[in-house]
Amino acid sequence: MKDMADSYVTADGRTIGPVVMEMKNITLRFGGVEAIKDISFDIREGEIRAIIGPNGAGKSSMLNVISGFYVPQEGEVWYKGARRPAMKPFEVAQQGIARTFQNIALFEGMSVLDNVMTGRLTHMKTGLFAQSLWKGKAEAEEIANREVAEKIIDFLEIQAIRKTPVARLPYGLKKRVELARALAAEPSILLLDEPMAGMNVEENADMSRFILDVNDEFGTTIALIEHDMGVVMDLSDRVVVMDYGKKIGDGTPSEVRNNQAVIDAYLGVAHD
Amino acid sequence: MNEQLAFTIEVFANGLMAGVLYALVALGFVLIYKASGIFNYAQGVMALFAAMTLVGIQNGQVPFAHLINAIFGTDVHKFGWSVHSFVAIVLTVFVMIALAWAVQRFVFRHLVGQEPIILFMATIGLAYFLEGVADLMWGSELKALNVCSSDGTCLPQGMNMWLEGTTYEALGYGFFIDNLDIVASIVAVILVVGLVMFAQYTKQGRAMRAVADDHQAALSVGVSLNFIWILVWSLAGFVALVAGIMWGAKSGVQFSLSLIALKALPVLMLGGFTSIPGAIVGGLIIGVGEKLFEFLIGAPFLGGATENWFAYMLALLFLVFRPQGLFGEKIIERV
Amino acid sequence: MFYREAGDFSSTYAEDQQTFPIKFDRYRYYLVLFIAIVVVPFVINDYWVNSLLLPFLIYAIAAIGLNILVGYCGQVSLGTGGFMAVGAYTCYKFMTGVDIWWGGELLFRLPEFNIFFSVIMGGVMTAVVGVLFGLPSLRIKGFYLAVATLAAQFFLVWMFNRISWFYNYSASGQINAPERDIMGVLLTGPSVQPWAAYLFCLFFTITCAVIARNMTRGASGRKWMAIRDMDIAAEIIGVNPLKAKLTAFAVSSFFIGISGALFFSVYLGAVEVGEVFGIQKSFLVLFMIIIGGLGSIFGSFAGAAFLVLLPVALKVVGVDWLGWPTDIVAHLQLVIVGGLIIIFLIAEPHGIAQLWRVAKEKLRLWPFPH
Repeated sequence: MKDMADSYVTADGRTIGPVVMEMKNITLRFGGVEAIKDISFDIREGEIRAIIGPNGAGKSSMLNVISGFYVPQEGEVWYKGARRPAMKPFEVAQQGIARTFQNIALFEGMSVLDNVMTGRLTHMKTGLFAQSLWKGKAEAEEIANREVAEKIIDFLEIQAIRKTPVARLPYGLKKRVELARALAAEPSILLLDEPMAGMNVEENADMSRFILDVNDEFGTTIALIEHDMGVVMDLSDRVVVMDYGKKIGDGTPSEVRNNQAVIDAYLGVAHD
Repeated sequence: MNEQLAFTIEVFANGLMAGVLYALVALGFVLIYKASGIFNYAQGVMALFAAMTLVGIQNGQVPFAHLINAIFGTDVHKFGWSVHSFVAIVLTVFVMIALAWAVQRFVFRHLVGQEPIILFMATIGLAYFLEGVADLMWGSELKALNVCSSDGTCLPQGMNMWLEGTTYEALGYGFFIDNLDIVASIVAVILVVGLVMFAQYTKQGRAMRAVADDHQAALSVGVSLNFIWILVWSLAGFVALVAGIMWGAKSGVQFSLSLIALKALPVLMLGGFTSIPGAIVGGLIIGVGEKLFEFLIGAPFLGGATENWFAYMLALLFLVFRPQGLFGEKIIERV
Repeated sequence: MFYREAGDFSSTYAEDQQTFPIKFDRYRYYLVLFIAIVVVPFVINDYWVNSLLLPFLIYAIAAIGLNILVGYCGQVSLGTGGFMAVGAYTCYKFMTGVDIWWGGELLFRLPEFNIFFSVIMGGVMTAVVGVLFGLPSLRIKGFYLAVATLAAQFFLVWMFNRISWFYNYSASGQINAPERDIMGVLLTGPSVQPWAAYLFCLFFTITCAVIARNMTRGASGRKWMAIRDMDIAAEIIGVNPLKAKLTAFAVSSFFIGISGALFFSVYLGAVEVGEVFGIQKSFLVLFMIIIGGLGSIFGSFAGAAFLVLLPVALKVVGVDWLGWPTDIVAHLQLVIVGGLIIIFLIAEPHGIAQLWRVAKEKLRLWPFPH
């Protein structure tokens, strides 16, 4: 068992750092229903951590706890070595945590470029007065952030549709735009909620490639919820398995694959 | 009995009466909102239109007389007959049903699926349109409304002297309560009970509730959306007619009748937009609250006329603590 | 064919982001500005100014303000009339010297400020009031919020009616704009030259439009639109909903306050709050932005123009040409305005701005069909 404070280097040459986020004994209740029951796990810097489990296991709820959208009744979230106090979702975002959503949550009244630029909002600080003048500080900041956004747009190969209103895009492209918006924030931790849902084989391959590239080029820590076992096994460094709100497995993909409890609860046949 | 206390109780009772009328108007809104998600700002103007039509039919006025005279240079005003109250009411109901059909066919059929604010704006447009039509049809001057039966007994006016006498003897203080208010309250209670029973126990009522819940699902079990919508608008029209008669008999039929819509809004905010019991409870709370506030605080300390805004402030405060109103459905937002 | 875009490329982000990236549009805009600033003041007369241009310019400011709140940020407000009243009364008090009392004694009196400063203060005060009445928007959403803003509307009108300090204890309850000038040019009062009033309002309209455009194309605009489109997602990606909504209320109310101040001091000259700033005004401005197009500065102008022109056109046709009595024409106005609103909402819910966009698309190809 590797010491949680150490870094190590994986077989394919990526450096995985020490623990950056830790969930300690999280319990989350909605009225009488316990969505998450006393779950603890950690995420290391620079790794790709998968969260898997049958539907209704509480995976999205866990992501919402990390985002700050749900406040757990019990337990603590530790971020970069310190206990994270109760904070609003937008403060969590400002700390460097970005995410995508299970049912796409793009801003349908805006274009692709504008949506990606909203990802930059945590970095845009000019005051209202400067904005009303535009020339000078506000324009300079806008152009600087536009450059970052355009890099992300190039990276995800969506240049051709940058002025299209997102409402007009097909599902696969919408997912890519949402990923672009999350990446534009230059996050330390990226949370992906079922990024492969509804994708065909080709889109799946593209998305997997993007996720790996993001982790490789930018060193972003990634936590993803996914049902596609092929993706989970190929992409992730470590896996957490949830079922009915409880954690039933935690380890590398091969460890988890051979865990009898996990097999019983969930796995069945992997996609090849 | 202590005079201040007696005054307060009298104000309270008057507030309850006013509240029942508010509830009645609010009901018209709830019906339409439940079935189609439309907040019908035109409900007040519908009440005005209904009342004006009733008076017009009763007095044998020629519809659009003023306009016809202007275009053709004629000088017609009345047919010369007068129609019995009950017949006039039945005819007006038919007119309201026709109106409901027309509104459904020409306006809301084309706006299915639009955002709520667009639908609301459409009803404001409808309110202006209907007001203009009502003025053109029957003339915009103040009219007296009196609903009478064949033997000459009409809606009672003036204070109820029996009540005044009895309470004076029993409690040492005579309560002044308007006869018309008492009749209005009784009628309103009957109507509310009738509507609630209709919604709960009849086949059409059940279909209405199904449509209010989920259009698609209702369609899939064979409910005709158009029929339900026309039904609902007709019911609302009928409620508008009753409200129009009650308010019109009290203070005459004129433009200000259409402002009832604005009074119903805080009632709905309190009670929740989708709840029939909410409209009733909300109406009573607003009616009592308004009158008591004016009596205890408004008139002595704030210069009076607080009834214009108190209901809104009360509902606003309430909403801050309970955004969906007393009985409304809690809006759960998931991501 | 007329609308040429070919060869019109942007090579910097600054060029891409400008308000009119297509040359044709840009030159047309400069032409309109030229006519408005240089040509019009020499050719206008009293009638045009007072019944068409002044109300158009002033309502355009209010429409832009309300559009920021409703069209860009998605917070429905029915309190526009009341906020315009705040602007008007603030302007009045500053023009006549704000008197501070304590315990029945006059403590001191601020000097009478010039009209320019008073109008600006009208905007500032309204911004403060707007933020106050915008606080409920943090808990109440959508339709309920619209109704909650009615509380602001009715309360404000009541307040300006009841508290006689606001109208300087005058017996009539009316406020009258005193004669004021800038550098010798009269701007208020009965002897104002039409071109002076026009240019004064034009200045404010252009400035407000430019400021609004700058704010909506930058970070603020995106924050507002994010809140409008999906406020939960907006919060999760880092938008502070409290700040964003209150900023929208503040900026929107600032513009609406300026509009109210100008409406009172330059256009009407005298105001009785219940008649002028009642709920009908709130609906009127809301109609302007819906018919004009939500979320569009151009739409605000288009809607204001439409709803200022329409009653005038109807009156000209009905009374002057057809000779009908004025009350019938007034009733017909209601019928036609109401009907047009419904027709507009059915045919083009995104307003004139959308019609314009579609027309431009067609103009790109004309005379070819596709």
